[in-house]
Parts: sequence; C-alpha cells; structure tokens
Amino acid sequence: MKTMFQKIWEEHLVSEENGTCILYIDRHLVHEVTSPQAFEGLSLAGRPVRRPEATFATMDHNVSTRTKDLSQVDSISLVQMNTLSDNCKKNGIRLFDFNHPDNGIVHVIAPELGLTHPGMTIVCGDSHTSTHGAFGALAFGIGTSEVEHVLATQTLVQTKPKTMEIRVEGSLSPLVSAKDIILAIIGKIGTDGATGYVVEYTGEAIRSLSMEGRMTICNMSIEAGARAGLVAPDETTIQYLTGKEFSPSKNHWEAAQKQWLSYVSDLGATYDKTIVLQAKDIQPMVTWGTSPGQVLPVTENIPDPLNIEDPMIRKSAEMALSYMDLKPGQKISEIAVNKVFIGSCTNSRIEDLRIVASTVKGRKVHPSVEAIVVPGSGRVKRQAEKEGLNTIFTEAGFQWRNPGCSMCLAMNDDVLSPGDRCASTSNRNFEGRQGKGGRTHLVGPAMAAATAILGHFVDIREWNP
Amino acid sequence: MKAFQILEGKVALLDRANIDTDAIIPKQFLRKIERSGFGKHLFHDWRFLDNEGTKLNPEFVLNLPRYSEATILLTRDNFGCGSSREHAPWALEDYGFRSIIAPSFADIFYNNCFKNGMLPIVLKNSEVDELFLMVTRNDGAKVKINLDKQIVEAFGKTYSFEVDGFRKHCLWNGLDDIGLTLQKEAKIKQYEDKFKQIKPWLYEGAL
Repeated sequence: MKTMFQKIWEEHLVSEENGTCILYIDRHLVHEVTSPQAFEGLSLAGRPVRRPEATFATMDHNVSTRTKDLSQVDSISLVQMNTLSDNCKKNGIRLFDFNHPDNGIVHVIAPELGLTHPGMTIVCGDSHTSTHGAFGALAFGIGTSEVEHVLATQTLVQTKPKTMEIRVEGSLSPLVSAKDIILAIIGKIGTDGATGYVVEYTGEAIRSLSMEGRMTICNMSIEAGARAGLVAPDETTIQYLTGKEFSPSKNHWEAAQKQWLSYVSDLGATYDKTIVLQAKDIQPMVTWGTSPGQVLPVTENIPDPLNIEDPMIRKSAEMALSYMDLKPGQKISEIAVNKVFIGSCTNSRIEDLRIVASTVKGRKVHPSVEAIVVPGSGRVKRQAEKEGLNTIFTEAGFQWRNPGCSMCLAMNDDVLSPGDRCASTSNRNFEGRQGKGGRTHLVGPAMAAATAILGHFVDIREWNP
Repeated sequence: MKAFQILEGKVALLDRANIDTDAIIPKQFLRKIERSGFGKHLFHDWRFLDNEGTKLNPEFVLNLPRYSEATILLTRDNFGCGSSREHAPWALEDYGFRSIIAPSFADIFYNNCFKNGMLPIVLKNSEVDELFLMVTRNDGAKVKINLDKQIVEAFGKTYSFEVDGFRKHCLWNGLDDIGLTLQKEAKIKQYEDKFKQIKPWLYEGAL
C-alpha cells in the first residue's frame, strides 16, 4: 500500500545511499531571473546541458505588462532577458520569449501547453513550482545552484520528505473558492505547518475542483512550508490534458493515460500526518497581516495581539498590524483599498478571469481604486478576448494588461507606492513584497473583483450585484 | 565552494520569526546576472532609510556597532520562508555570515545554504532562547561551531545539532555536488534507457 508520493518518488530514484537520494527530473522549467548564474556555472565548468529537450524556458518575472516594445523595456531587465535568450540558443533549449504568442508565467504556460503530466518530477527555480502538483506531478522549487545541477545531470540530490494528507470533506458553499480553501488551510496549520512534508490534498471538496482550482491550492502549498503539494490525477486531469500541444502523441495517448491514472494513493496507504477540514466551515478569506498565515474570514474583526498567548506570535501580530496600519477590533469588511491586482501564478487563469468578469459586469471600479487585470499567459489573454472579457474589464474601469508575474512580486514597474493598500489575488503579503511600504491583502478573485467595485472588502456571499 | 569546518565568531541577533527571502534580499536587487555583490543589499528595506541605500537605519540591529563583525546570525522560526531565490544566501554570505542558527528554517532556503558553504543550524526553541539571552548579556563574546562534532560551544555550554551526512561531507570538504553526481553518470544513463521504453512520449522528437 503506497501513497501517490511514494510511487512517484520510488520510480524516480536513480540511486540511494545512506538516505541521500538522487532523483531523476523529467521536466525542468527555467526563467530569466534565477537561471543566469546557473548557465554561467555550467559554462565555466565546461559542462553541457544534459537534456535540452526536457527543459523549457520563459520570461515572466521582470517583464513589462504595459508594452511588448522591447525598446521601452528598462535596460537592466533587458540584460536578463537577453542573457536567457543567448543561453537557450547556445544550449538548444526551447524558449517562449517575451514576444512569443504563448509567453506567460511559467506555472501558467507549462500546464496549458501540456508540459505537465501526472507522475512526473518537475522543478524550476521558483518556489511556486508546487502549482504543477495539481496534475499529480511531484513538483517543487529549487535554488540556482540546483538549477545548474539539473541542467548538468537531469537529477537532484534530495532527502526524502514526510507525507501529509490534508483532507477537505464535503462541499464548499457557493462563491467560496479554491483560494479560500488554501488560505483557510494555511491559517490553520501556519506558514511552517507543512515544512518537511509533501502534502496530498484529498476529499470531496478537492476532487470536485477544476484543474484551475487545484492549481491554486497546490500553488500555495509552499506558503505552508511544504516541499510540494499533490492532487491525485483523475478524469478531470485527463480531460484537461486532452489535445494539448505537448501532450503525448496519438501513438502514446492510451498508454500514457493508463500510466497516469496509476499515480493515486492505494486504499489504506498511510501518511505521516493527516489534517481534516470541513468544506462547509470555509468562508471567504482575507489576510490581515504580513504573512499568509495571518488570515481570517471576511466576516471577522482584526485580532487583538493582547489576546495571543504565545509571545513570538503576539510580537509578529503587533509588527504586522503596525506595518499594515490596522487596529484591533476593526471590521475586515470595512477596510478600504486603493489598489486591486488580479493576476499571478495563483489566480490568473481563464477560470479566474471569468469569475472576475461575472462579478464586475456592468459595474464600475470605485473612483478611489486603481485596478489591473494581468492574464497569466498569451493563451489566457487570447481566450479572454475571444470571450469578450477584456471589454467587460475595460468598460468597468480595469486596466487590461499583457501577461507576466507583475505586481505579485513587483520586479517590473507594477509596484505599490508606500501607503498603498491592495486587494491582491497573488500569494504573498510579505512586507514590501508588492513595493516598499505597500500593504497587501490576499484574497480570491471574486473578492478582489467585488472589492474593486466597492472600494472595501465584502462578504461576497451576501453581495448580490 | 568554500569549505566549512570550524567557525569561531561573533553572533548577531535578529529577534523575529518568519523572516522571508523578500526581506533578506528585496526583488529590485534580483536583476543581476552575477552571483556576487549582493551583501550590500542584505535586508535593504530594514537596513536603510532611503531607496538608494545610503542612509543607514540606526535602529536596525545589524547596524549596531557591536554586531559589525558578526559571522553567525541567531534568529527565530521559519527563517528564509517564501521565494526560492538563492540570492538570499548569496547576500548573507557576501555580507559576512557563514552560519545561521534558528529553531527552524524554510526548506528551500535551508538547501540553498549548503550550496554556498554556509551552515544552517537547527536548535531547540529553549536553546535558541538561552542563546539570545546569553549573547545579549555578553556583548561581543564569540561562540564556536564545530561541524565535525556537530556542536555549538557557547558560554560554557555545548549544544548539539543534526546535519545530513552527505551535506556535511560536501560542506567539510568544500565539494561541488554536480561533480559527485556526474560520477554516477552510468546510472543516470541506465535510468534514461529504461524509461525511454516505459514512457517513450517523454523522449520523442523535440520533446
């Protein structure tokens, strides 16, 4: 009796000595910010890229979302972009560059191109690589030295993590989303609650999610400290992968499907730890602090640090409230924002944009709010435009941008100013993450959309436009 | 990679939990293509009062004169959480830190340290509390870290810690693990040959 993690792990073991494992990597994703030093290291050591055909690259972290005109891009970012182009050309790696029609956020484009398959091992120099676990792939973020290691050897040196099951039983209330599930989980177990574990998400509420929803959940596994997140592959997974550009060819499609569906945990397999949540208890969530674990249902009030017993947690809460300029007892639903960001590898897929469009259709963004929608990829952008979502956004007063990581980490010019308060569909509310002095509240796409209209948070279940 | 064997040095205190890699090295400094020169931007938003990094924040602990020569950072739970950016250990190492002691670390950051000749040490919460107290009371005192014996010697006491055998071996000898993995090239090739049969779609054409 094995868990799906054990099956994937054991299949990919190249060697194991005294607990140190060499794990084969099926897919390596590369972007412009964490790869230049890795390619430089290879070149200095005179080592080739072992399997360029298993490696795919994109430009996403520092790219402009305002223009595709390279002459308008700032010169420092351009050096990184050109360096990636040169490295890919020199090493025969397929690159979806800035002006490629399918360019976009690495964790959005790989699944939509069919590069992510169940049972794979996938790595990328980016912590949100955990996203791909939604397909039942063991996927995790690595540092630049490890990027170099994978380029040179197609393997990684690893110690075996423990396994955790997070089971979400029952069904979600209407308008409560995958984002609310994962925020509720992080709120419950903390930002280091899953450190050292690979998490498998199970239960009816997970099973009934679309691939987009599963990706949102697995994406933020890292925010609970997990090495990776997993959802067992099923018909929903197969449906999603059908006909994708890089899905297995006709000759192999039947065999591939059969193998994919074997990467599920056996009945009676045991985990090192199990946590259970009831879906009906999960409400629309809003972070109030500077760590994703500082999160509450929108119906609650800002907590009073004086009521927190643990001195370290109390101190963190005090510092967070001071940075966020919030007072204990304040109603979360009354907090006003002046920025709304809809995007990032957590919530920039077509399903997310459809939810936003249906929430804002025929309404206007609040006059004191600046709101942007940044699609996750060129494909998402084209699909949204085909469905007319862009017209709904722009008529409501949202800016409709080009794909990129954008204000999730604010490496480009989509940056909060000091004192700005932002409702963001991204994944991190750290101090200064979206811009020095900027204040981030993490929310799901429907909540972000409604907040843009009202100018403050709202219980989306009671807001009936 | 620099070897790490025995380190005797002063300790700086950073009394805060969940310090993320965005705080360690903010994103505006990630736009370089080199590995070096990140130390001057370490903890930028906390260390400096201005965006240019010219005005030191006198209230930030690392700016206190007594910590200027510290090579060991003592801090709290979940240090290095968030982004996988290896620029975080690059910045800490370039600034002068060779070891970080905390009750827990984020996974990717912990890994990244070992690739850069740095030793992250996990001690119990009560031990970290004790060290915080003792360092505060004994300004400028040095503590000694011995990787071989897996101990921290401080203020007349010995604290032992765990470290994975392979990582210890690489760190002690300053070894590049790519070279070590490539010694197993035949096994990697064998694996690939086997899976070309089992999952041929992963090996077809340009893919």
